[in-house]
Amino acid sequence: MKEPTSLTGKKLGNDANPARIFTMTIDNRLLTAREDETVLSVARQNGIYIPTLCHMEGLSLRGACRLCIVDVKGAPRVLPSCVTLARQDMEVVTNSDRVIEYRRKILELIFSERNHVCSVCVSNGHCDLQALATELGMTHVRYDYLYPKQLVDASHPRFSVDHNRCVLCMRCVRVCDEIEGAHTWDIMGRGITSRVITDLNQPWGSSETCTGCGKCVQVCPTGALSEKGKSVAEMTKRRQFLPYLQMMRGEGRK
Amino acid sequence: MTLSIEDLEGIARIEKDKRESFTYQINVCVAAGCLSCQSGVLKEAFEKEVSRRGWENWCSVKGVGCLGLCAAGPLISIQPDGTYYRGVGAPDVSEILESLGGAPIPRLDCASSRPFFEQQPKIVLENSGRIDPERIEDYIAEDGYKALYNALRMMRPSEVIEQVLASGLRGRGGAGFPTGVKWTAVAKASNGNKFVVCNADEGDPGAFMDRSILESDPHRVIEGMAVAAYAVGANTGFIYVRAEYPLAVQRVRTAISQARHLGVLGNNVFNSQFSFDINVRLGAGAFVCGEETALIASIEGRGGRPRPRPPFPAEFGLWGQPTLINNVETFANIPPIIRKGGKWFATIGTEKSKGTKVFALAGRVNNTGLIEVPMGTTLREIVFQIGGGIPGDRAFKAVQTGGPSGGCIPEQFLDMAVDYESLASVGSIMGSGGLIVMDDTSCMVDVAHFFMEFCMSESCGKCVPCRVGTSQIYHLLNRITKGEGKLSDLDMLEDLSDLLKNTSLCGLGQTAPNPIMSTLRYFRDEYVAHIEEKRCPAEACKIHEAREAV
Ligand SMILES: Cc1cc2nc3c(=O)[nH]c(=O)nc-3n(C[C@H](O)[C@H](O)[C@H](O)COP(=O)(O)O)c2cc1C
Repeated sequence: MKEPTSLTGKKLGNDANPARIFTMTIDNRLLTAREDETVLSVARQNGIYIPTLCHMEGLSLRGACRLCIVDVKGAPRVLPSCVTLARQDMEVVTNSDRVIEYRRKILELIFSERNHVCSVCVSNGHCDLQALATELGMTHVRYDYLYPKQLVDASHPRFSVDHNRCVLCMRCVRVCDEIEGAHTWDIMGRGITSRVITDLNQPWGSSETCTGCGKCVQVCPTGALSEKGKSVAEMTKRRQFLPYLQMMRGEGRK
Repeated sequence: MTLSIEDLEGIARIEKDKRESFTYQINVCVAAGCLSCQSGVLKEAFEKEVSRRGWENWCSVKGVGCLGLCAAGPLISIQPDGTYYRGVGAPDVSEILESLGGAPIPRLDCASSRPFFEQQPKIVLENSGRIDPERIEDYIAEDGYKALYNALRMMRPSEVIEQVLASGLRGRGGAGFPTGVKWTAVAKASNGNKFVVCNADEGDPGAFMDRSILESDPHRVIEGMAVAAYAVGANTGFIYVRAEYPLAVQRVRTAISQARHLGVLGNNVFNSQFSFDINVRLGAGAFVCGEETALIASIEGRGGRPRPRPPFPAEFGLWGQPTLINNVETFANIPPIIRKGGKWFATIGTEKSKGTKVFALAGRVNNTGLIEVPMGTTLREIVFQIGGGIPGDRAFKAVQTGGPSGGCIPEQFLDMAVDYESLASVGSIMGSGGLIVMDDTSCMVDVAHFFMEFCMSESCGKCVPCRVGTSQIYHLLNRITKGEGKLSDLDMLEDLSDLLKNTSLCGLGQTAPNPIMSTLRYFRDEYVAHIEEKRCPAEACKIHEAREAV
């Protein structure tokens, strides 16, 4: 059983059960929304920027990085917009002081967790994490760097995984399971010692399930997964295939 | 052929007649605490000696569930005298049998702990220490499965829920959500195959209430689940219990098979339209698997990691079906509520918290063990009367409630009536019921450090604030307990605590800062002493030794 993907749990949009349309406000703008849409998707349709990291259009919802938090009037705490459904007359603020402050702290926590050294990274200049730091105006990290010892697995003939750069967004795990259908990737361990693994923690190169399709590499937000033979700043990611595949599967209608 | 009420009453009558035929009953505690100090051997010794003397017809020996005063085990109780003996061993058996009918043996008597046994009006634990948890007949003799009969044959599902609503019962798993409201939600969910799940994961360090209930009176939980299933329209139940509780698992399994055999589980229970069965699932001991969405994932065979709510399990639970999840103690409250009515239950407790609460009393207190007190009992009564005060008459410092999600409550609140609201108002929570007493030898920074280490290693790692934040907080506390902290670390601690509380995905991260925030609030001077004077006032942290070595 997968995590709930439709959030409402029902099939909408047929004649017997038409989806309800209503209005809501985001940052004081009056917008229309459909009951199966998330706050994030309504915002994006209307050109309102909300940062995200673990979220990826076409993959199942996760709500884990917490960067997409917004203030919702009446809610006791900030809510992750990627998994919060739009509601009638909802009042959302995407850029309150506390939301901006929390986002920056969360981002700094991610930077403090592993060894993100941009200057020697294959993804330098093409990295979602780095871009977020610029967008959120992160100038320094207030927390101590944890400098964990992390490994690199370069046993696969075409790709490599550098755990120093991994932010545990699980995009690779989800794309491999949900799109490629191989479920080569998974996660092991718990908490700060969590780590993505291939098969049952075997070297990637010896994986019996990996099809070598490379989707995991393309969706990875950082330099954690990269193609071999790329030097510093040379790794760009191509994600155009995702919406297309989703559409072919008939699930991408949004 | 299904079971009828006459059958049930017949079983109860035979059992009661059998009990009354004995002049004396020796009840030996065989719950995990006492078993671990050889109460199993003790029970055998009693049985042997009774039969050697040929007293079988008037003196019974029975293994029973928890008697409460766990630290003084093995415990026995002698009925009808109501004598409790502590620390009993096989060599004492003859002497005890000789003394029957005479004065209690002073050496073994629990007389000094009288308040412990007498100040607890019990609902959830009413059968604990009185019935044999491995015999369904013993439970039936105490009105067991009558509530289920009443519900199935005399009440509509909506009427059952009305009683639970009227009782004011709130979830005992920690958050205190009104149980009747939750049942209504699941009952309203119209689609599909519903499930009832009993949360027996109990992962808080120091808590053993749920274990004890399952070991002492498993049928009560099964009956509560069956009533719930009838009320919400479910046919399948799961008990999710941690594998570290082998005795509880074994007794629950025994109880389920007895219940099936008798027909209180299965098809057309009590000749009604209702069919229900229960499966046992073992958890591998991760604290986070007690969180309801993680628990569901774990039962489904996926990794035990929480997911964002909504949708709540009442709408989208096990295998996507509407699912009712309640704690062991919540279900254990159901049979008496149905038997005696919601109104009766609502007379006990405080305005917003009804009934009783079972606490695992531990730490620097004379009577450690399992207690049940009405909501609204003060901390002072719990610690100094039932708990018998602090060993060596040392100075009381704080009580910690709610385990890793709770806080430390200082002396000034000792006269506070305990309920969900009052605990929250002083920065702690009811939690599942761990209650740890601390005296002047307990260092509050060390306590915070301990719980943060627990939260860090139990964080599932899914959301960033909890995964990285608990680790950052732990490192800060580590530094302070070593005497290497800075004053600015305290601001950082407050700052991170606020972040975790407001942005974490599940209750683990949201409540993990509570031990820190409450100790910072009430015992800030201890933090400052560690930092500025490089001194641990309670002399519990290592700085002291390190300095003396120099
Ligand atoms: C980290 C975490 C651990 C939890 N552990 C338990 C547990 O061990 N037992 C339990 O009954 N509830 C636990 N809960 C609460 C459950 O999620 C859920 O609220 C509860 O089982 C509902 O039952 P109730 O309404 O009867 O309290 C935990 C919650 C969190 C966030």
